[in-house]
Amino acid sequence: MKLARKLVDSVKPKFAKGSKLEKYHYLFDAFETFLFVPDTTTKNGVHVRDAMDLKRTMLMVIIALIPSMLFGIWNTGHQHYLAFGMESSFMDNMIFGLIKVLPIIVVSYAAGLGVEFLFSITKGHPVSEGYLVTGLLIPLTLPVTVPLWMVALGAVFCTLLGKEIFGGTGMNFMNPALLARAFMFFAFPAFMSGDIWTDLSPEVGHQVVDAFSGATNLVVFDTNYASLPSAWDMFMGFEQGSIGETSVLACLIGAVILIVSGVGSWRIIVSIFVGGYLMGLLMNILAPADNLAHAMHTPAHFHWLMGSFAFGAVFMATDPVSAAQTNTGKIIYGLLIGIMIVVLRVFNPAYPEAVMLTILLLNVFAPIIDHIVVERHIKTRLKNA
Amino acid sequence: MSNNLRIKKGFDIKLVGLPQKKIEKIDAPSIVVLKPSDFKNVTPKLLVNEGDAVKAGQKIFFHKDLPEVFFTSPVSGEIVEIVRVEKRRISQIKILTDKENSAIQFNIPSELSSESVKNILLESGAWTYIRQRPFDMIPDPQTKPKSIFVSLFDTAPLAPDYTFILDKAKLQKGLEILSALSEGKLNVSVNNDEMSSIANKVKGVNVISVSGPHPAGNVGIQIHHTDPIRPGETVWYVNAQDVAIIGELFLSGIYTPKRTVGLVGSGVVDPRYFEVIPGQAVADLVKDKIKEDNQRIIQGNVLSGTTSNESDFISHYTNQVTVITEGNQPEFFGWALPGFGKLSLSRSFFSWLTPNKTYDLDTNTHGEERAFVVSGEYDKVLPMNIMPVILLKSILAKDIERMEALGIHEISEEDFALCEFVCTSKIDVQNIVREGLELIRMDA
Repeated sequence: MKLARKLVDSVKPKFAKGSKLEKYHYLFDAFETFLFVPDTTTKNGVHVRDAMDLKRTMLMVIIALIPSMLFGIWNTGHQHYLAFGMESSFMDNMIFGLIKVLPIIVVSYAAGLGVEFLFSITKGHPVSEGYLVTGLLIPLTLPVTVPLWMVALGAVFCTLLGKEIFGGTGMNFMNPALLARAFMFFAFPAFMSGDIWTDLSPEVGHQVVDAFSGATNLVVFDTNYASLPSAWDMFMGFEQGSIGETSVLACLIGAVILIVSGVGSWRIIVSIFVGGYLMGLLMNILAPADNLAHAMHTPAHFHWLMGSFAFGAVFMATDPVSAAQTNTGKIIYGLLIGIMIVVLRVFNPAYPEAVMLTILLLNVFAPIIDHIVVERHIKTRLKNA
Repeated sequence: MSNNLRIKKGFDIKLVGLPQKKIEKIDAPSIVVLKPSDFKNVTPKLLVNEGDAVKAGQKIFFHKDLPEVFFTSPVSGEIVEIVRVEKRRISQIKILTDKENSAIQFNIPSELSSESVKNILLESGAWTYIRQRPFDMIPDPQTKPKSIFVSLFDTAPLAPDYTFILDKAKLQKGLEILSALSEGKLNVSVNNDEMSSIANKVKGVNVISVSGPHPAGNVGIQIHHTDPIRPGETVWYVNAQDVAIIGELFLSGIYTPKRTVGLVGSGVVDPRYFEVIPGQAVADLVKDKIKEDNQRIIQGNVLSGTTSNESDFISHYTNQVTVITEGNQPEFFGWALPGFGKLSLSRSFFSWLTPNKTYDLDTNTHGEERAFVVSGEYDKVLPMNIMPVILLKSILAKDIERMEALGIHEISEEDFALCEFVCTSKIDVQNIVREGLELIRMDA
């Protein structure tokens, strides 16, 4: 620790304003503040500060994401061996998953942080810690079969058009990780939908079993919801899907961490679940009685378990920058997301996974929701005054 | 009349270094220094010259914009130096004290009316203890406030216990004077029965029993919940200790601004109370009583006080002097450690498991300044029907109409101090509030 401090202090003057490596000041700053909470003291205003900072906030989100990530790694192996009809131990699954998932995470961080560093050098602004979370969110929303260059492209797109052109973390109006996902979805549809959810790298002496189907639940449910896997399997996440989103349980563990630590908004998470459930119930009531296989008959709570509903609600919609910022606004924003996801899922068979685009759409509407809430607040203030 | 006010939002920062219930005297000062900068928005016009002899209560300078408002000497002695800084602005008026303690005797009228009380307050310099919301400055004597507020308790970190330090007879007299001045529109907030019974003895007082965490003791919060300020209105307020000083003036006829100040905080060896005269050297107070090296001396509390040092002088309104360690040490991976000894409102440090622990906080910012990212943080510590971030953003945009619609005239820097404390992005919230209020004031 002291050694690290000495090392940092010895090179620090080289990056100071006016010296040779001035250009890289903020780059150096990013590494220094990563290692050490800086020695800055309060100037005017309060003399003591809460220990919380943005790095800690991001750390909490990463901790909350760990269950989803670990489960995703395991499930990657599990689905792979299942497709080949092979017996596999817990370790087999983890090792196969790590080999496949780790490169995606590394590439995502490297590409995204590369762009952040480039901007900090050319634009002379501090490197924000926002990408620590975004860099992990992107891989978890992707199918495991995605080519690595595509991950890099998505990460670059996300940082460049999702954040930097608006001025960096705090200034963007859409969730950068989702933006990257949407960009990849539309740019490379063949890699983002269809039979791509399970890694089918050949296994010597084994063939993919006949019963294997690459279709995810969301495709299944549009034709006949009754052939969905059991609620328990969907809750636990023993199914195909993007790396990190299959396990509702893992997402809920993440939700608890976010809510208890105060980093994630319970208002948003709860209202999305409530909105989705209520809409699901309404669908059941209005469902055509003569077609019992119609998607409208899907039990309301299945919407929570299918696809990336939970992952989107817990980790994507809660991004404080792109979500609604007023307390009432957050509830409206959450309810609308929940409702829209179910509506799109049920009535748009061509596009079954609605979570991503719904959240992006509501990101765009969040400022309007806030505006209405603030205007109402001003009106009641005037009335009481 | 009596009301209850329960404040739910807020936070008590529990710090090490609470004062013991002990009041000590320190030696009378040889030099007393008046600092016009103690008074917000006051341009001083001198009434004395270097070499003049002055008595306690004698006028030293007046308020350029409000020529009826005088600032008087707290002691008798001789003006030895008038220190001017750039643009000939007066920064200090130094008075060498004598041992005679001669003071001007004010004629206290037997009939207390709003006018007669006002005259004595203006003549003696005690008018300076009255301040107005919005803007926290000395009010124009020609205007009438909507009401007057006195908070008889302070919930800020390590704040003095007024129930212990104040003379009850003087306090009661002071409240009677303010009741006369306000013509029956005096609101007094209390948090215990002893203060409540004193306030209830005064005729025409609306006593408000307040409970809850800081900032429940701030007048801004109390005004907001009992008699909110609309644009164009003003409410006056007087600090509890200043009420007792006003009371003493009317009991004895002599202006005696002596006050009891808590010397508190983790940097103090034996935290307790001291009787001081405003203008006395800070060194007199802290000498041999604080830990050496790397300490920050603050006049006021850790949330809204001003940074001071040993060569500074006790300010006109100071009720506590807090000493804490400077946090100018980098911390290895501090943002990633579990953090048992770190105070945070967010529960991302394990310290939330021990709510009653007291903390030895230093002045480290614990992170770098960022744009607004986390939402809903400020709302948890601001017990007002105000949207803090939206208001701050309207200030940053210099949108005066919107600031007014969002209620800027109801707030003061100190009411937003906790918002600044909890801010994850380390934004200078109080600075922004100050800028906003200044914009509004210039606009009016």
